[in-house]
Amino acid sequence: MARLAILFFLLVSPTHALDPDEALADATLEARARALSQELRCMVCQNQSIDDSDAPLAKDLRVFVRARLQAGDSDDAIRAAVVERYGEFALFRPRIAQHTYALWATPLLILLLGGYLGWRMAGKSTPQNTSTDS
Amino acid sequence: MIVELGHFILVLALSVALVQAIAPLYLMRASRDLSRNAALGVAQRAALLQFVLVLLAFGALTYAFVRSDFSLAVVFANSHVAKPLIYKIAGVWGNHEGSMLLWVLIVAAYGAAYARFGRVQDGFAARVLIVQGWLGVAFLAFLLFTSNPFARLIPVPFSGQGLTPILQDPALAAHPPLLYAGYVGFSMAYAFALAALTGRAEDAAENWAKRMRPWILTAWIFLTLGIALGSYWAYYELGWGGFWFWDPVENASLMPWLAGTALLHSALVAEKRDTLKRWTLLLAIITFALSLSGTFLVRSGVLTSVHAFANDPERGLFILAILAGFTLVGFILYGLRLPQLAPDRAFRPVSREGLLLANNIFLATATVTVFLGTIYPLILDALGGGKISVGAPYFNAVFAPLTIPFALLLPLGPLLNWRQGHLQPLQSRLVLAAAAAALVTLGMVLTRGASVMVVALFAAALWLLFGAGLDMAQRLAPYRHRLVRFWALPASAFSAPLAHAGLAVMLLGILAATQWREEIVVAATPGQQMEIAGISLRYDGLRDVDGPNYSAEQARLTYLSGPHSGAHLFPERRFYEAERSQTTEAAITTDLTGHLYAVIGEPSGDKRVLRVWYHPYVAFIWLGALLMALGGSFALATRLRRSV
Repeated sequence: MARLAILFFLLVSPTHALDPDEALADATLEARARALSQELRCMVCQNQSIDDSDAPLAKDLRVFVRARLQAGDSDDAIRAAVVERYGEFALFRPRIAQHTYALWATPLLILLLGGYLGWRMAGKSTPQNTSTDS
Repeated sequence: MIVELGHFILVLALSVALVQAIAPLYLMRASRDLSRNAALGVAQRAALLQFVLVLLAFGALTYAFVRSDFSLAVVFANSHVAKPLIYKIAGVWGNHEGSMLLWVLIVAAYGAAYARFGRVQDGFAARVLIVQGWLGVAFLAFLLFTSNPFARLIPVPFSGQGLTPILQDPALAAHPPLLYAGYVGFSMAYAFALAALTGRAEDAAENWAKRMRPWILTAWIFLTLGIALGSYWAYYELGWGGFWFWDPVENASLMPWLAGTALLHSALVAEKRDTLKRWTLLLAIITFALSLSGTFLVRSGVLTSVHAFANDPERGLFILAILAGFTLVGFILYGLRLPQLAPDRAFRPVSREGLLLANNIFLATATVTVFLGTIYPLILDALGGGKISVGAPYFNAVFAPLTIPFALLLPLGPLLNWRQGHLQPLQSRLVLAAAAAALVTLGMVLTRGASVMVVALFAAALWLLFGAGLDMAQRLAPYRHRLVRFWALPASAFSAPLAHAGLAVMLLGILAATQWREEIVVAATPGQQMEIAGISLRYDGLRDVDGPNYSAEQARLTYLSGPHSGAHLFPERRFYEAERSQTTEAAITTDLTGHLYAVIGEPSGDKRVLRVWYHPYVAFIWLGALLMALGGSFALATRLRRSV
């Protein structure tokens, strides 16, 4: 229980920990860094992005992301570098690949299936003129 | 002594619940009217008694918390003498055992409310109470066998460990009871569905949808408020103004809400038009199954999350058994009865039924998306596909395009007739609403600039808002010259426009707060000035302040410009001695157009890190939720006046 309480505390302790000295001077690069940071998982926290977390590891990763951006890397290259270090678990936006096709396609399939069934149900029947209540 | 009594009373409540679950079944086997009435009588009395007993047990636990009786394990682990009274009471449900006792109390309360206030006395009512009885048995057994809140500690500790400081908050004191009243309320949908699916032909209640609706409405209103309150708490407490994190446990509450919203609408069709009945029954079972999975996910520790304060495989298995048991029984009875259910009555795609069906398709898709996103990593991992994360970017990517057609179709529903609707007579007014939405959107694009998706969402939300206004105008039109009769309009006439406008307001709030948020992070020395969203602020320095059970450092910021000029902001960092932990307390200035949100960060040399945000229109999010709940309440109020 005490361990859990600590875990609990770690999770929700003062968040959003970007320090003033981390931010890049270049506004465009900084905006990209922020957007990217929000999609990268803090590996020692629970369900927090590195942008939200004040864990030292998250800070290291923020600094890493900004260094790579300044070196001129693309967002994808940086994501790939993070995956190489920590695995795909670090990405909050799952990559579209064989193992995630079901994840990305299912909502659309459900919508289409529902639409088809609903249309068939309402379309095939002609309303009788028996009822009048509204 | 009181504690032992509480424990004893809880065991007694379990036996009463067993009577409620089993005795009426025997009495109903005899087909005479006399014994059917006897069955209902037994079920009603047992339901009332069960509630009184659980309430007494709950009172006993509350007493132990208020008295800080540390001989109780839960009190020791979750309370402290130096804690304000309200948080001693809230501490009762700020832990696993106590929160499950609250759950049981609410199950019993719904059963007792139906026993006491249900107006139609028939076999159907008895069957509803039997199902509620079984729920009482399941959760009382869970409580007594795996999560006894009355377990003692020997030797008795001298002091308690305290309640996690971030839970010491008025909103969080009210969050679990509201949320549970929502979750558990959907057990009534389940009980009504099972009652409709069982019983002899002469006992069947054709109007089950009508009888079910007030209870689903009640559950939905509570769940809406509970989720909104949790979101608002996260917003001001977690330190930067995020209001929704797509955390597994948030998702666990969103799923029954989405399914429950679909259920509200399909039950309306089932009641008024005698169609979509089979779908409504299935949805009722699914909605409650999702409420139970919410409990399972939170209480079992399958998904580690902020809310999982007890990770215990035994408890997890027990809840999984309850979840599987009730869901399976529901599905089996549904499958057995399906062939005998009357076929649906016909309607055109362009009709109120058609649009409500579309609403259900979108909401079902949304529910599946949240479900899939939440459990996909678990399944993939179990199948050996590796560890992945599914976070906010995924949900946002799916929900944004889903919301647009949903919001575009939504306003048409209430404007169309049942069975077969016509758009032509509405054409000019719809064009007007669309033009207004387009104009405001254009203004937004010119002043702010935004991505295509954001522009589309913004326009769709405005169309929804104006469409709700149009709906209201249509309802009021017959009373234009007769103000007196306007006041005689039933409250339910306002419910759909209000709730739909609420959704529009919430969408606008979400868009504004996520797209146009401004942020500054500075390492400041006293006297330093900063500027955000056209507002000038000055940092005046830090001082120490003491609260009832914490000490804090408090910063002072002064407005140098604008309508608040001269006013101060006091963000705090609190240190809780008993719990040895700290919280940040944001200082927030609320205006209708936005919140200024200030937080103290870490020391940085001799300077202090300050984080200040401007969250434009963020309050619209919770205002929208309130409007939705208000709309639901109006529908409920009219219903209660007529009959239950």
